[in-house]
Amino acid sequence: MAERHLSSLRPALLPLSLVDVGWSVGGKQVLAGITATLRHGSRTVVLGANGAGKSVLLRLCHGLLQPTSGQVRWGTPEVPGEPRRQAMVFQRPVLFRRSVLGNMTFALGIAGVARSERRDRALAALERVGLAALADRPARVLSGGEQQRLTLARAWSLGPEVLFLDEPTANLDPGATREIEAVIEAIHAGGTKIVLVTHNLGQARRLGDEVLFLDRGRLVERSPIDRFFHQPTSAEAAAFLKGELPWH
Amino acid sequence: MNTVGLALAEALHLIAGGDAKLVAIVALSLRVSATSIVVGTLVAMPLGALLAVTSFRGQRAAIVTLNALLGLPSVVVGLAVYLLLSRAGPLGSFGILFTPAAMVIAQAILVLPLIAALTRQAISDAWQETREQLRSLGAGPFASATALLWDLRFSLVTIVLAGFGRAVSEVGAVMIVGGNIDGVTRVMTTAIALETSKGDLPLALGLGFVLLAIVLALNVVAHLTREAVQRHHG
Repeated sequence: MAERHLSSLRPALLPLSLVDVGWSVGGKQVLAGITATLRHGSRTVVLGANGAGKSVLLRLCHGLLQPTSGQVRWGTPEVPGEPRRQAMVFQRPVLFRRSVLGNMTFALGIAGVARSERRDRALAALERVGLAALADRPARVLSGGEQQRLTLARAWSLGPEVLFLDEPTANLDPGATREIEAVIEAIHAGGTKIVLVTHNLGQARRLGDEVLFLDRGRLVERSPIDRFFHQPTSAEAAAFLKGELPWH
Repeated sequence: MNTVGLALAEALHLIAGGDAKLVAIVALSLRVSATSIVVGTLVAMPLGALLAVTSFRGQRAAIVTLNALLGLPSVVVGLAVYLLLSRAGPLGSFGILFTPAAMVIAQAILVLPLIAALTRQAISDAWQETREQLRSLGAGPFASATALLWDLRFSLVTIVLAGFGRAVSEVGAVMIVGGNIDGVTRVMTTAIALETSKGDLPLALGLGFVLLAIVLALNVVAHLTREAVQRHHG
């Protein structure tokens, strides 16, 4: 892929280091003392109960929130005002009142891609997620699964080094979920680091290489995926798995 | 009652016959208000959008002020523009007092807060839903404002039409800065005021009907636009 080629010429964004990161709002400590390093290659899944701070952690990593304590450091920091080298897919797809193709070329435009290249790059990404046939349709009337695949295509077309996903299949049926997972796999196979927040433990197993487990705002365990599910080292993770998978 | 009935009949006759005087007044009204709306929109919309997507010290004060200006009395705007443009005023050397240009300026000032405040409100709602995505894509305030203006382009049509309705139907400002000069600065509203006081009810009524029809047509267009967009874009 051309975009990978380009990004490989620049110093890498990764690793991402979280150093004693905390975040609080209105006197409530949502995250505290998070220290971890995310490296290129593996697919990291963030697990935890509702309110554990998973989405906040993702937003801190992506720069949508600023930590109230500690530091979020990239190997090579992004330069403000320059095209971003990381992307994020949200639980609820945010699409604009434009065509499917228009949503793609809009994002490519912000990323500084030359006007003459946008259409081809957009169509190539749409092709990869199976939406090329819908390129001229208004984006906001697509089905939920198609909308989420479009946001993935949009993120993919930007050739990000890291892709953050915040429960991308929470509102989707199993069929649409499988399609989304296939796209995430393909994006990872193309060399993009995946950081995924999910509630779906099956999805965590299918897509994850390692697990960051959060409990009430703290990082209590980091394990390879198999060990996490079979021999969690923390009592909190064991209790969480027992609650989520009682037959286990 | 009889007088009114006769006047009504004559008014309809004037409209149906395309009375030259009536047509000239209507044409000037539309020209002045359309120009002021174009000017007002070009200034107010980017302003309203930027006010929605940026945050700065004093922003709340700016928003409150803007909303307060919605109730700007048109005679006060007229008076202010009059003082600016009068011979002794700072812009007196342009010599445009009592010309359609002065009326355009007054109406543009009048609709500016209306368009800016309504735009800010619309963009602000959309911004809540799209802020994270736009920031994630790397869009700065200017790109975000532009993107949302385009995203809401059909709602903004309604706002422009509302502004036009306000401009074309106000009387105080154009009366003061235009002077209601026959054949030069006489528009629908000032003509209605004058003809009524002179007792020439047919022309006043005829213009009244045209004015009503224009305002009604604007609202129909606004409504249909909204519906069509809802169907197309969801």
